[in-house]
Amino acid sequence: MIEFKQAAKTFRLGNREVQAVKEVSLSIAQGEIFGIIGFSGAGKSTLLRLVNMLEQPTAGSVQVQGVDIATLSQKDLRKLRRRIGMIFQNFNLFTSRTVAGNVAYPLKLAGTPKREISERVEELLRFVGLSDKANDYPEQLSGGQKQRVGIARALATSPDILICDEATSALDPDTTGEILRLLKKVNKELGITILLITHEMHVIQAICDRVAVMEEGAVIETGSVFDTFSNPQHPTTQRFIQSVQQDRPSNTLLKEWRAKGGQKLYRVIFKGEVASDPILSSITQKFGIHFNIVYGSIRELQEKFFGNLLVSFEGEVQAIELVIAELKRTVEIEEVEIHES
Amino acid sequence: MRVDWNTFWPRIVESTGETILMVIATLIFGSILGISIGLLLYVTRKGNILENQLLFQILNILINIVRPIPFIIFLVAISPLTRAIIGTTIGTWAAIFPMTIAASFGIARIVENNLLSIDPGVVEAAKAMGASPFQIIFTVLIPEALGPLILGLTFVTISLIDFSAMAGTVGGGGLGHVAMTYGYQRFDGSVMLVTVVILIILVQFAQWLGNTLSRKIMRR
Ligand SMILES: Nc1ncnc2c1ncn2[C@@H]1O[C@H](COP(=O)(O)OP(=O)(O)O)[C@@H](O)[C@H]1O
Ligand SMILES: [Mg+2]
Repeated sequence: MIEFKQAAKTFRLGNREVQAVKEVSLSIAQGEIFGIIGFSGAGKSTLLRLVNMLEQPTAGSVQVQGVDIATLSQKDLRKLRRRIGMIFQNFNLFTSRTVAGNVAYPLKLAGTPKREISERVEELLRFVGLSDKANDYPEQLSGGQKQRVGIARALATSPDILICDEATSALDPDTTGEILRLLKKVNKELGITILLITHEMHVIQAICDRVAVMEEGAVIETGSVFDTFSNPQHPTTQRFIQSVQQDRPSNTLLKEWRAKGGQKLYRVIFKGEVASDPILSSITQKFGIHFNIVYGSIRELQEKFFGNLLVSFEGEVQAIELVIAELKRTVEIEEVEIHES
Repeated sequence: MRVDWNTFWPRIVESTGETILMVIATLIFGSILGISIGLLLYVTRKGNILENQLLFQILNILINIVRPIPFIIFLVAISPLTRAIIGTTIGTWAAIFPMTIAASFGIARIVENNLLSIDPGVVEAAKAMGASPFQIIFTVLIPEALGPLILGLTFVTISLIDFSAMAGTVGGGGLGHVAMTYGYQRFDGSVMLVTVVILIILVQFAQWLGNTLSRKIMRR
């Protein structure tokens, strides 16, 4: 659907060069929600803007539905843009137009007949749940409502692709949830491929199928959200993941645990179906060992279980070792180090 | 010698008409020219939709040269051009020409400033929706800047009333001419008073109209 082939973008500011995007190769499949995460300045917006040629690549190419978009004439490019909806962090609504006027705007550009426009606007506003706000102006709306208008406007010309530049970063957590659910609905009900960028891991966790992690203009890790979450490779990815799942208690608490004579702690990671089997209890029972869950969580990731528990064992040392060896065959388990500092 | 008000009133009415004609005609021609130049300045600016450094610099420098010239001097300085184009340097239309030129440069700057205050994100959104530069100008830039633009044009209108009085003193007709020839050169205080009152009323009316319109457009 969207294919970056060693796409790069270098900005020239006087005699200084900024390599905003460095040879990124990514392929976004039809119908998926693909997220790009990275800290501020990583080059996410620039990469996203290559998709509808708001920025031209300085090397490599970007293909949309099999066409190298750099080869398009201005006229064909404008046609292509109607098939790629875009939403923004700051909504970018026209202040001089009503909600209905904003949603109608791309249809007017496309030369849609008046009657069709009003029907379509009505339908879109119903889809985003803003039918009663048709005649309001943007300044009368809340942030979440503004983004709904932005989404309705982006969907007006029935695009195949929706690109989202930090669409929820200006919103509070509740509203973020609402907008993410709406994006999911756009993807599921309308079959629109979504490419979004964000600096917030929970956005990726909530709706994305696949994720790419960006740093200093390059993609440093990519894969399904589940694999990336359960087995992050790059330290930056690990930092993002820690931002949503505090996967260990604070060091103070761990030291306190040890000072009170607590046993060694082990991290046990369950993935997928394993999480629903009573592995821990059946294996410990077999060796006559007691276990104690000290900390952790079991959450849902892409409709699969993902468990991350800190466990201590009580019993004979050798039996504990056997338990650990046996557990290793089905789940990930490692001893938790307690830092001295 | 005092004027005979019975015969002088028609003269005042006629002059007021001339002043209004000068202001409105200048406002129309000046707006067309000024808005065009202002838009050109904005779209040719670095990073904007029709970026063109050369054109931008030429316009920018031209405006910076013309704008600081006091109107009364500008009026005299371009009189050869006025004569070449209008055919005379006396009368209402001979005043409208230099007023239009001076006003367009002022309006161009006001338009440019109003356009610069538009959130660039809005322009980008339109671009992302497939708007052409032409569509962006007429369906985004102008409507988005209209409220403050009308306030700017109101400000210009009031300066134009001022300009028209100045043009009047050098043969341009209108209330300025009346005030000059009867009020000043013949020391008739009543003529002076009447013209001043009429000018004040014109200014107040222009301000009220501008405020009302812009408030309506900006919805506040
Ligand atoms: N138009 C531009 N001109 C010059 N530098 C730019 C421009 N746009 C972005 N950059 C630079 O490119 C880098 C990446 O920016 P951006 O893509 O906005 O990152 P992100 O969206 O991940 O925060 C930054 O260093 C930024 O300063
Ligand atoms: Mg960004």
